[in-house]
Amino acid sequence: MEGLERILAEHRLFAGLGQPFVELAAGCAKNTVFRPDEYLFHADDPADWIYLVRHGRVALELATPGRGAVQFETVGEGEIVGLTWLLPPYRWGYDARATELTRAIALDARCLRDKCEADHDLGYELLKRFLPVLVARLQATRLQMLDVYGRAR
Amino acid sequence: MLHQPGVITRDGLAALIAALREDGFRVLGPTLRDEAIVYDDIEAVDDLPAGWTDRQDGGHYRVVRRDDDAVFGYAVGPHAWKQFLHPPLQQLWRAEKDADGIRVVTPPPPAERFAFLAVRSCELHAIAIQDRVFLQGPYVDRHYQARRDGVFIVAVNCGQAGGTCFCTSMNTGPRAASGYDLALTEFVGETHEFLLEPGTERGAALLARLPHRAAEPRDTDRAAQISAHTAASMGREMRSDDLHDLLLGNLEHKRWDDVAARCLTCGNCTQVCPTCFCTSVTDTNDLSGATERSKRWDSCFTTDFSYIHGGSVRASPRSRYRQWMTHKLATWVDQFGTSGCVGCGRCITWCPVGIDITEEVRAIRGDIAAPRDAPGGTDGGA
Amino acid sequence: MAALAEAALAAADPMVPRIVRVRKRTRDLPGHATLELVPADGAPLPRYRPGQFTMLYAFGVGEIPVSISGDASDGSRLVQTVRSVGAVSEAVTQLKVGDVLGLRGPFGSAWPTEELAGQDVVVVAGGLGLAPLRPSIYHLLANRDRFGKVVVLYGTRGPEEILYRRQLETWRKRLDLQIEVTVDHAGVGWRGNVGVVTRLIPRVSVDVANATALVCGPEVMMRFTAAGLHDLGLPESSIWVSLERNMKCAIGLCGHCQFSGLFACKDGAVVRYDRVRRLMGMREI
Repeated sequence: MEGLERILAEHRLFAGLGQPFVELAAGCAKNTVFRPDEYLFHADDPADWIYLVRHGRVALELATPGRGAVQFETVGEGEIVGLTWLLPPYRWGYDARATELTRAIALDARCLRDKCEADHDLGYELLKRFLPVLVARLQATRLQMLDVYGRAR
Repeated sequence: MLHQPGVITRDGLAALIAALREDGFRVLGPTLRDEAIVYDDIEAVDDLPAGWTDRQDGGHYRVVRRDDDAVFGYAVGPHAWKQFLHPPLQQLWRAEKDADGIRVVTPPPPAERFAFLAVRSCELHAIAIQDRVFLQGPYVDRHYQARRDGVFIVAVNCGQAGGTCFCTSMNTGPRAASGYDLALTEFVGETHEFLLEPGTERGAALLARLPHRAAEPRDTDRAAQISAHTAASMGREMRSDDLHDLLLGNLEHKRWDDVAARCLTCGNCTQVCPTCFCTSVTDTNDLSGATERSKRWDSCFTTDFSYIHGGSVRASPRSRYRQWMTHKLATWVDQFGTSGCVGCGRCITWCPVGIDITEEVRAIRGDIAAPRDAPGGTDGGA
Repeated sequence: MAALAEAALAAADPMVPRIVRVRKRTRDLPGHATLELVPADGAPLPRYRPGQFTMLYAFGVGEIPVSISGDASDGSRLVQTVRSVGAVSEAVTQLKVGDVLGLRGPFGSAWPTEELAGQDVVVVAGGLGLAPLRPSIYHLLANRDRFGKVVVLYGTRGPEEILYRRQLETWRKRLDLQIEVTVDHAGVGWRGNVGVVTRLIPRVSVDVANATALVCGPEVMMRFTAAGLHDLGLPESSIWVSLERNMKCAIGLCGHCQFSGLFACKDGAVVRYDRVRRLMGMREI
């Protein structure tokens, strides 16, 4: 448990949130491991866990009929899988699949949501940390949409 | 080294043309054709448009009879000297297949040598500007160089300013200062004479061969008065000391939208402008398998001038007008050390909708209170 | 004799091409070809610097600017990768071994690779942008001890569009080089990174006060990469980009390649980012 606490305390997303929060989060956290091609979750699954990748790589993908799944982003070491756990309807919008052996710390999102409802200051602090990452990913997605390397039409 | 000026009559002018032709020059100068004063071959003094003048304004050009016989009593027309030095079409090379593969052959240099008769001060500056572009960069344009070498220039100090002239604003006239072999000022009145001031040794040598009398102080005084009068009667003016930063600092000024609503992107301005130099290349193949590459005039107003990968960078007319004007007045300075504009007014005269570069500059500077009405007028309420 | 005289003539007039021959041809990716060119007129090949380009002429079709993508220290051949996007580039990619083409150049400015001794170097390439950067990478690796950290980031559309893939994989095995590759999207078989190339920037750990970045790719990609590098801490004067504009003469006399006051063919294509940052953010310049 101390190992988890230390890792969470040092992660930039949780820095400065204080020891009580770290203890709470660590209390609802567990180590997880995913084998290659194992799914962390599927689209429409309840957004119950947030994954902090310690080692490995997770592909975020969407399946389309006739085209198979398309990976639109991969998440690596030190990055988070699952940014929208704070927002209704609390369901994932895509699949997450480990593309290689991946170890992650899973944080209990339900537990954290309850805590945020009870303590709005904490909720705001967490939003302030997760929103920039979400916005950066949105901007990156927009750039991917431009298909800059594609052929001239 | 100062050369002694001389005064000739109209007969002396005829002798001047004859002497140049005798010396093997192809003499080019102004002549009346198709209701405009254009530059073409001059064989005799009668080819010159004596007794004609022009009326110029935005989108307006007419030749009108004078009530005297002045030979050079008009401003510039649609032609510029660049058509001879930087021709509209120039073969670069020809590639032929032979037994060993492909052979690239270049055209021989031009055989003719030019004499330009009646080059205005603004045009002297325009030629100097193109000299900078084609001869003083890291790469020299061989064809321009071959044609430019040895050109004999007889300049004319304008006896009147044109309706769209603004050389004084651009410090390019009205008096020819340098870059000529002979500079001519016409005196009309009781006598019809021409003051000739040599600018080079060979100009002086040519003057010496003509029937002339020595110039007296009253002649040079009269010439100075004529130039002063010309300078005071410009058709347009444009403050030009701040244009670089003014334009490059206002690339999103709403005036660009205003002018874009009027500009047809016809490119007339680039054709008549004496400094515009853009070209493109064309390839032609013939049935023998040979291919020929030529260089031809192009204009930044064309839709595919800036084409890359399936689209043009400057697709909108707004961006293309902005490109032309900011290049001419601002970025030209960064590239070549001077303005690209000599204040000749041709772009104003020959624009079918009369866009006036001096007015556009004033508007961007904020000297005009409101943008002029776009075509179509207002609701009728205002 | 005649051939040498003509080569000399071509050297004298930069608008006249010399003749070169295709010695080898590789089809790296669909729609791309890498040509190895050698002289066909008896005169030696011109020396060039990383970042420069030539004008390649397909007889009877036309001429296009193509970056040189080989090793600049190898004077025996010119290696150039062409992508088919129009009639001329299509004709060039279809040339076979033994075919001849016209060559003018080299033209343009170079990556400042020779002035980077003692610095960390970050090379960021997008799509075909890896081709004009490859000569720089060759130089960095051939003189490895002169530089600090060397990082190569490469982004492209998809796994099937990775240029010089085998070479990247070979380089990746080196212990003194960091290479990260990403694609905009991929199918299930891809085990690498997916995301825009800027997502790789946080993995770069260089001394930002003593580092230089060389960036090449589509203009949008260069803009957001330069922004990402700037966020990392690199000053804009330490970032170099490569402009691309319509070119006809390549010698600064036809006017087509102007980017505001810069002629991409002679003031560029390689320029320092702080010189063009404001212009790159504007539309239709």
